Amino acid sequence: MELIFEIGSKGRHLSLLPQCDVPKVEVPEKFRRTQAPHLPELSENEISRHYTKLAGRTHGVNDGFYPLGSCTMKYNPKVNEEAAALRGFNRIHPLQDPSTVKGALKVMKMAEDALCEITGMDAFTMQPSAGAHGEFTGLLLIKAYHTERGDEARTKIIVPDSAHGTNPASAAMCGYQVVSIPSGPDGCVDLDALRAAVGPDTAGLMLTNPNTVGLFDKNILDITKIVHEAGGLCYYDGANLNAVMGIVRPGDMGFDCIHSNLHKTFSTPHGGGGPGAGPVGCKKFLAKYLPGLCIEETADGKGFEMVKAPQSMGSVKAFNGNFLVVVRALTYILMMGREGIPEASSNAVLNANYMRVKLSDDFKMAYDTTCMHEFVMDLAPLVKETGVNALDVAKGMLDYGIHPPTMYFPLIVHEALMVEPTETEPKEVLDQCIDVLHEIYDMAHTDPDYLHGAPHDTVIGRPDEVEAARHPIVRYVWE
Amino acid sequence: MGSFVPNTKEEREQMLREAGYKSFDDMFSVIPEEVRLKKPLDLPSGLSEMEALKVMEDLAAENKVYREIFRGAGSYDHYIPAIVKSVTSKEEFLTAYTPYQAEISQGILQSIFEFQTMVCELTGMDVANASHYDGATAAAESIPMCRDRKHKTAYVSATTDPKVLEVMGTYCFGSNTKLVTVGEADGLTDMEDLKKLLEEDPEAACFYVESPNYYGNLEDVEAMAEIVHAQGAKLVLGIDPIAQAVIKTPRELGADIAVGDGQPLGMPIAFGGPYVGIMATTTDMMRKLPGRIVGETKDHDGNRAYVLTLQAREQHIRREKASSNICSNQDLCALTASVYMAAMGPDGMKEVAEQTMAKAHFLRDELVKAGLTQKNCKGEFFNEFVTDCPMGAEALMAALDEKGILGGLPLDGDTILWCATEVNSRSAMEEVADTVQSLMKGKEA
Amino acid sequence: MALFFSKTHEWLLEGDDKTVTIGITDFAQEELGQLVFVNLPEAGDQITAGEAFADVESVKAVSDIMSPVSGTILEINEELLDAPEMINDAPYDAWFVKVGDITYHEDLLTEDEYNAFVEEEKA
Repeated sequence: MELIFEIGSKGRHLSLLPQCDVPKVEVPEKFRRTQAPHLPELSENEISRHYTKLAGRTHGVNDGFYPLGSCTMKYNPKVNEEAAALRGFNRIHPLQDPSTVKGALKVMKMAEDALCEITGMDAFTMQPSAGAHGEFTGLLLIKAYHTERGDEARTKIIVPDSAHGTNPASAAMCGYQVVSIPSGPDGCVDLDALRAAVGPDTAGLMLTNPNTVGLFDKNILDITKIVHEAGGLCYYDGANLNAVMGIVRPGDMGFDCIHSNLHKTFSTPHGGGGPGAGPVGCKKFLAKYLPGLCIEETADGKGFEMVKAPQSMGSVKAFNGNFLVVVRALTYILMMGREGIPEASSNAVLNANYMRVKLSDDFKMAYDTTCMHEFVMDLAPLVKETGVNALDVAKGMLDYGIHPPTMYFPLIVHEALMVEPTETEPKEVLDQCIDVLHEIYDMAHTDPDYLHGAPHDTVIGRPDEVEAARHPIVRYVWE
Repeated sequence: MGSFVPNTKEEREQMLREAGYKSFDDMFSVIPEEVRLKKPLDLPSGLSEMEALKVMEDLAAENKVYREIFRGAGSYDHYIPAIVKSVTSKEEFLTAYTPYQAEISQGILQSIFEFQTMVCELTGMDVANASHYDGATAAAESIPMCRDRKHKTAYVSATTDPKVLEVMGTYCFGSNTKLVTVGEADGLTDMEDLKKLLEEDPEAACFYVESPNYYGNLEDVEAMAEIVHAQGAKLVLGIDPIAQAVIKTPRELGADIAVGDGQPLGMPIAFGGPYVGIMATTTDMMRKLPGRIVGETKDHDGNRAYVLTLQAREQHIRREKASSNICSNQDLCALTASVYMAAMGPDGMKEVAEQTMAKAHFLRDELVKAGLTQKNCKGEFFNEFVTDCPMGAEALMAALDEKGILGGLPLDGDTILWCATEVNSRSAMEEVADTVQSLMKGKEA
Repeated sequence: MALFFSKTHEWLLEGDDKTVTIGITDFAQEELGQLVFVNLPEAGDQITAGEAFADVESVKAVSDIMSPVSGTILEINEELLDAPEMINDAPYDAWFVKVGDITYHEDLLTEDEYNAFVEEEKA
């Protein structure tokens, strides 16, 4: 379809601003822009239709099943949007006096308290804006802790080889060397490998539990103990928190700090990739290093004030984090409450196990045991039998209106498809997806070429990614 | 309680049975007993939608919404066209994720490609991303783009927004990068200091300066580019996207990287977020640009298609060798900015910038007439400026607050950083000046 | 002029002037798939045998290119930066770097030895 730059015509415009009621001021020539930027010239009608067309070429949770592993694509309640649209939240300046934003501070504090309770931590900062941003912040807590103690020999962060790519990248941003430890045959941390890896140079460990293959690592208390005994700290990547809320808490597993993905676990929408929020929580002994401004009750107990933590690392964002995302998450938490939160996790795990068992006849599971909120299918046998690989299966699913599972992750399973149905899908949607996967499995045996060529019914076929990367076209150019 | 689980109790029991479990407890038996939570979460019981929304409405009502805002300092109150909210509320955009599957994500991909193009047009650059959390993180993440074995130290002007400076400092604490502040004089970067510091340091990687800077002043970026490039370092320019409609582009000024906060492009001030960081650079530095980048290509039938491209730069492939861990793209905010720029068009953008600048100058004139003195300004300013405040910032702010007006931001030593945009009315600015004048009189008496 | 090979699938052409030119083998480019970018060092950089001196990107992967020698980069093949497909099309023409001041050489394979080694790897 056309780009927004290819429609409209010169001189079209909207009627947005009144006449200027003060004298105009010329930009001095030294600073003045000489050539206007090329921007669209359109009527409002054309803009509206352009984006309606683009929306029609986009698959969201609202369009259909989205079992994208490790991304928790649950339904996004509409009430969240209504709360976030309130004028009292939208029209407040981040640098207003705290006495004029009592409600906003209360929102942050209530969210902090709820997250502390759900994760077993003592304090949270809302400043980090995404999971990766949270990892970075959490590792800086660890770095600040070791630095203050003068323990500067601790230069290494241990990360399992099954970890999400952001883990090692975040560690590198914090100046740490990454020690990757191999997972055991059960997909979990190999305790001997961990024991061999820790030492006086260990700054910490980054881990998710349930881990990236969807299993709960039953040795978790031993794992965190090994790291602690070596003098390191334990960071919990909250990407998989949706599996265990109200059932087990990272704080009780021995983790010292954590990030939580509000856009995953707490149903604020993913927005095509953002904005999300990745608040970071920690145990009391790390709270003094938290970034940004912490919200504390005033001495008279009547309100809140914003204070810098005594040995704060600084700030990881200009203001108070993605506030409107926090508003959405709090709305969700309020509705779910003490009963609804564990119920969400229980059903996320049930939906995953239901699908896993129903697919186990045709598909090999990378780990054939009870999973948490997601499971990994290993398509290596299918590739061997039919030549149809994980990519082909994923592309085949597109023709059924299903967003495919996460492909080729974790890296330790070579032909991986990682399925996370979430708790908000009804049984018949799961059944339909199960049927689709069985159909695709059969097709792989009868007509593999059809799958190599999939998708067939989408607005475009497979794009030429090689050409895109070899000769990048990353902006429209006017003739 | 609230719940978004569709399956009924009977359906859940059926599913448990079919999956081979006696009960939920049986299913969770893979979690060792000793780590299981022994008591219910200490949270209030869940609420109905009506109750939850009421709680949020009550909280929102505890915040003071000012009828006029003269405070900026990194968060600017501009008019948001109705079409912006209408487009960004579309559920497809709201509820999709990172466009990994290009065939069913052309809408998101194309919208990012359009955003990249518009940012390139504003900045004169060749390539832009849509990934950064805000202007401060974009500024901080520009440093690793400039750093290599031979270029290690980062420089930043003292005229930088202190919040941006703090974020840069925190990121540099992480990466063990030395960050040196270049001095200021009269609200502008001290060119002599810049020259001296860079000449003494063969390992200088980059210099970051904002124009307009924290005080609202336009810096002599062209002269800085010369100094910085002569030392083999890169120039990173912090921009205000609205100002960019009327002032020279970073490219024209000689910047290697342009960063800034996209908030003024249609995002509400919203207590500080979500906003989006703008980051654009030249083709030469394209592969060092962190974050998601969308490229145009073709599908096998020759249809125009968009994909995430240059991915081998990124964390999911390069892992600890990636230059950034960033993996989100702030798509909904980028979309907001795109729709805003489309709604404004080239003439509208220019009009917003001109009105903003005109209002700020009118406010300055009125305040000076009322008895305040402009500070920290040797040159030109865009939409922010600093004055003294002889009556004390607290008194002035309180007097304005009573009238439903949020005054400028008090800085150290009873000076005030004022801001005006196109949304501020002439009468409100006169009201601010009147308030100042009456307080001045009170002080004299 | 003599052509040698490393077990990490680089080829190495010894020049008459005590310099060597390094590229990757046909087997390597085949395994890596369609390449979209190459990161090269700069002239003047020191490289060390057994360590990476460049990397190549395909759409979904990045792979280090190891150096079989220690020495100083004299020249890089800038054409590859614009046309990485040359590595796929003609791996033995698409040289990466020219190295001088060689201080150390890994044990290298002759063409026959390398071909036998590749057959082993495939099996």
